[in-house]
Amino acid sequence: MAKKILIADDEPNIVISLEFLMKREGFDVLIANDGDEAVQRIRGDRPDLVLLDVMMPKKSGFEVCQEIKSDPALADIRILMLTAKGRDTEVAKGLALGADAYMTKPFATKELVERVRELLER
Amino acid sequence: MLPGWLIVAASFSYLLVLFAVAYFGDRRADQGRSIISNAWTYALSIAVYCTAWTYFGSVGRAASGGIWFLPTYLGPTLAMSLAWLVVLKMIRIARTHRITSIADFVASRYGKSHLLGGLVTIIAVVGTVPYIALQLKAISSGYGLLVGELGALRDGEGAVDSGWWTDGTLYIALTLALFTILFGTRHLDTTERHEGMVAAIAFESVVKLLAFLAVGIYVTFVLYDGFGDLYARAVAEPDLAGVLVFDGTGSIGYGGWFAHVVLAGLAVIFLPRQFQIMVVENVNEQHLRRATWLFPAYLLAINIFVIPIALGGLLHFGRGTVDPDTFVLTLPLAHDQAALALLVFVGGLSAATGMVIVEAIALSTMVCNDLVMPMLLHVRRFGLAARRDLTGLLLGIRRGAIVVVLLLGYLYFRLAGEAYALVSIGLISFAAVAQFAPAVLGGMYWRGGTREGALAGLSAGFAVWAYTLLLPSFAKSGWLARDFLDAGPFGIGLLMPEQLFGLGGIDNVSHALFWSLLANIGCYLGVSLLRAPTGQEASQGTLFVDIFRRGESVPTSFWRAGAEVRELLPLVARFLGERRTRDAFAAYARSHGLSGIDQLKADPELVHFAETLLAGAIGSASARVMVSTVVKEEPLGLDEVMNILDEASQVRAYSHQLEEKSRALEAATAELRAANEQLKELDRLKDDFMSSVTHELRTPLTSIRALSEMMVDDPDIDIDSRQRFLGIIVSETERLSRLVNQVLDLAKIESGHAEWHNTDLDMRELVQHAVETTAQLMRDRGAIVELALPDAVPSLRADRDRLLQVVLNLLSNAAKFVPVPGGKVWVSLGCDGERIRVDVRDNGPGIPPAQQGVVFEKFRQGGDSLSRPQGTGLGLPISRQIVEHFGGRLWLESTPGEGATFSFELPLASAAADQ
Amino acid sequence: MMRKGLAGQRLVAVFLAGVLLFDFPLLSLFDRPLRVWGVPLLHFYVFVVWAALILVIAWIAERGAR
Repeated sequence: MAKKILIADDEPNIVISLEFLMKREGFDVLIANDGDEAVQRIRGDRPDLVLLDVMMPKKSGFEVCQEIKSDPALADIRILMLTAKGRDTEVAKGLALGADAYMTKPFATKELVERVRELLER
Repeated sequence: MLPGWLIVAASFSYLLVLFAVAYFGDRRADQGRSIISNAWTYALSIAVYCTAWTYFGSVGRAASGGIWFLPTYLGPTLAMSLAWLVVLKMIRIARTHRITSIADFVASRYGKSHLLGGLVTIIAVVGTVPYIALQLKAISSGYGLLVGELGALRDGEGAVDSGWWTDGTLYIALTLALFTILFGTRHLDTTERHEGMVAAIAFESVVKLLAFLAVGIYVTFVLYDGFGDLYARAVAEPDLAGVLVFDGTGSIGYGGWFAHVVLAGLAVIFLPRQFQIMVVENVNEQHLRRATWLFPAYLLAINIFVIPIALGGLLHFGRGTVDPDTFVLTLPLAHDQAALALLVFVGGLSAATGMVIVEAIALSTMVCNDLVMPMLLHVRRFGLAARRDLTGLLLGIRRGAIVVVLLLGYLYFRLAGEAYALVSIGLISFAAVAQFAPAVLGGMYWRGGTREGALAGLSAGFAVWAYTLLLPSFAKSGWLARDFLDAGPFGIGLLMPEQLFGLGGIDNVSHALFWSLLANIGCYLGVSLLRAPTGQEASQGTLFVDIFRRGESVPTSFWRAGAEVRELLPLVARFLGERRTRDAFAAYARSHGLSGIDQLKADPELVHFAETLLAGAIGSASARVMVSTVVKEEPLGLDEVMNILDEASQVRAYSHQLEEKSRALEAATAELRAANEQLKELDRLKDDFMSSVTHELRTPLTSIRALSEMMVDDPDIDIDSRQRFLGIIVSETERLSRLVNQVLDLAKIESGHAEWHNTDLDMRELVQHAVETTAQLMRDRGAIVELALPDAVPSLRADRDRLLQVVLNLLSNAAKFVPVPGGKVWVSLGCDGERIRVDVRDNGPGIPPAQQGVVFEKFRQGGDSLSRPQGTGLGLPISRQIVEHFGGRLWLESTPGEGATFSFELPLASAAADQ
Repeated sequence: MMRKGLAGQRLVAVFLAGVLLFDFPLLSLFDRPLRVWGVPLLHFYVFVVWAALILVIAWIAERGAR
């Protein structure tokens, strides 16, 4: 059965490109446009992995990550954080909050696909 | 009336109680639990000012002149209001230099002069021994009143007129001498404090106050029906009218009133007994605070019933029958109140004995240190040097002086009797001690006073006092021919003692006060200004004047050479006793961190210490002479003293500079810290800005890169998708270039490097143009634009492109947020003559209050992600910068749910318009 | 130290006020045949001003002590 991937980002163009990319790799794709919606989707649809943008309205990626990781029922959901802010502190913060991996925008599509597969096989 | 034995027994019982109090006070002092180390005791002991003269005489004075008894108490009240400034300084000086009498104070100030100390002592003795006699007289006549028949007293004569050996007054005087010797010269102390004596004096103050209040209350409320009743009766008697108005006797006037206030104000500080109690016996400077008001309050309390008693006496006895001075005793006696009369007598006894005791101690210290010791040093220098222990000799001299002073007082009392010279001695005595004021006060506040100046001033003042007050009082007593009083010496009218140089129209005391102080101050200033102070005088002057300013860096002494400890210690021991001296030196060694006397270095400081110790015992002038016998150095010249002082003031100036510098440094540090904080804040803002810019750049790059990579990797993507992706790439690229342009734009405006091309422009045309430019955008969003333009507005000088940019920005913002469909945008232009205003209103969702400030910040776009349109988040910040550049403002009004209005206004006359 | 300076100035002011109130010409204003509660105005004035001065001095001196 195909793995489910949730794409949480508020930039429509990025969502379009990620959606196309993930579908082409054979994943089921869900979409959320802000932090609240992302949390709802995760609780309701139980994706295997979330591509989580940090700078989102309503709830930042960090808050979403923290909420998910503190819920034991959702602990096995992988989170890959994406951010356009490349500062080291952001990376460290994301990982400290329990994100499984972290990539800065813009990313190489091959690399992203590799990381996603890697995380799902673990 | 009362049996003599009872009165004598009561008197001696009272004196025994006094002994007990003094003994207890000394015991407690020896145990280190002082009972006089107390502000209340101190203030009460100062009330030794109120003597028997006050106790009996005030009523007499009030009976003849109404409120003329009051200057004697108003003067001290005013003087005490300045005590915290003047007396505090005297206390500090006396403590620092171990000054034990007013003679020593003057001598020490003007270069430790024996001559000056002697002169002050003589003035004090001449001025105050008769005053002691007055106290004895009060006791004596009080006794006479109590034992004698009231009727026999109506001629105002004392009952005592038998041989001196039967005179109880002599035995009172001798008892007082014994008391004074016991508690005033128990041992030699370097501070000359007598705790037991002070305790007894404070006790006496309470007794005399209570006794006087008792008789006052008796007369006012028992014999009569309160103040109002007394006054009402007095008003009815035409004979008493003079008591109720200011100048009933019509002789002295306001000038005399003022002179009396001044005189009493000076006396309360310069009377030897007041100096002794207030300055020498002061244990703690802070006690002075309470004394500044408690002592005047005491004076007020003891005077409240003076006028009622006087009125009561006059109403009861009538004028001219009974001496008003005796009303306090005769009123109770006339009403058969023997017990009250006895109490009043004891109160008067306490007033008299308190004065006598303290005065005798003060005078004996002065006589010993400033009169006898210098003579011994002169006459029998070698004899003195040969004797090992002089403590016995010193104590002997003091005790002898006390007995002599009291016997002199008794003798004067026996000789003068009822003579004018004794009765009027109170004010005469005040005028004598007022002569100390110029030398003492001048010495405390003026560095220029010299020894000769002080000598000349004191001598002249004393001479004029004797000529204008003392000799006339002798003449009035019949001891001198009256001719000289009435016609002047040798018939020279201008030299008449009570109308000197024809000055008439004022009373004799004011007259004498004026001439004596004129001569005194004139000579003091004039002679002092004849030459510069010598080294000795300058050094002492500086030490006195700058007593409060003295820091650690200023030398306390001007000895240059040291002396051997084995020479200094025995020298001091000869006057203070071996044990006390060793204790003092050991304490000094400890305070300098040394283990014992053996380790003491023979430096100038030690010499100074020894001199100060000695000064307490034998006076500063003698101490200087004695110490110089072992130190053997030439006296300092003025230049040397000035050098030392200069150095000291340089050190002081230097440390002052250092303080200034360190303050400046602190200020600079604070400034730097603030600047650093500001820089950090700016740095943080810049970091945030960079981070935001990075984010804004990376976001479009992400889509561009991802989409291009996918198209490169996968040639099989269908043509529709490719077309869509390429469209996105193009628009994201546009977004990127727009962003780069705006960032550069903002940076330029903010840094002031932007170029402004100002022209005269018509805002109507500009707004019209902007609306037309955005017409297509509005049509795409299905929005309707309503434009309201006035017929004409004044032209404005500004950069057309920039302003167009602002209006376009506002319009495109509005377009982004209006609902689809049904969007509506209102644009209006207005002018109030000074400013042009543009409003752009939409019917979008509005902006919540919390966000209203935020939308003008960089990279903060309003709206949520779905409705958030393509934008960089820099449009509004740039617009605001532009509007502000032209001196205007840009703001937002919005109620959520009802749309938003962005407005800006520009002044027609803009400061920046021509840039 | 500031306190002491201020207290000193206040005391000088009280002293000057006292000199004014107890001397000509102010004193002469009260030398009239009027009586307050039975007490001649002059006597009443002198004692009341005296008491007031003492109170002010007490206030200044004791305040500084704290």
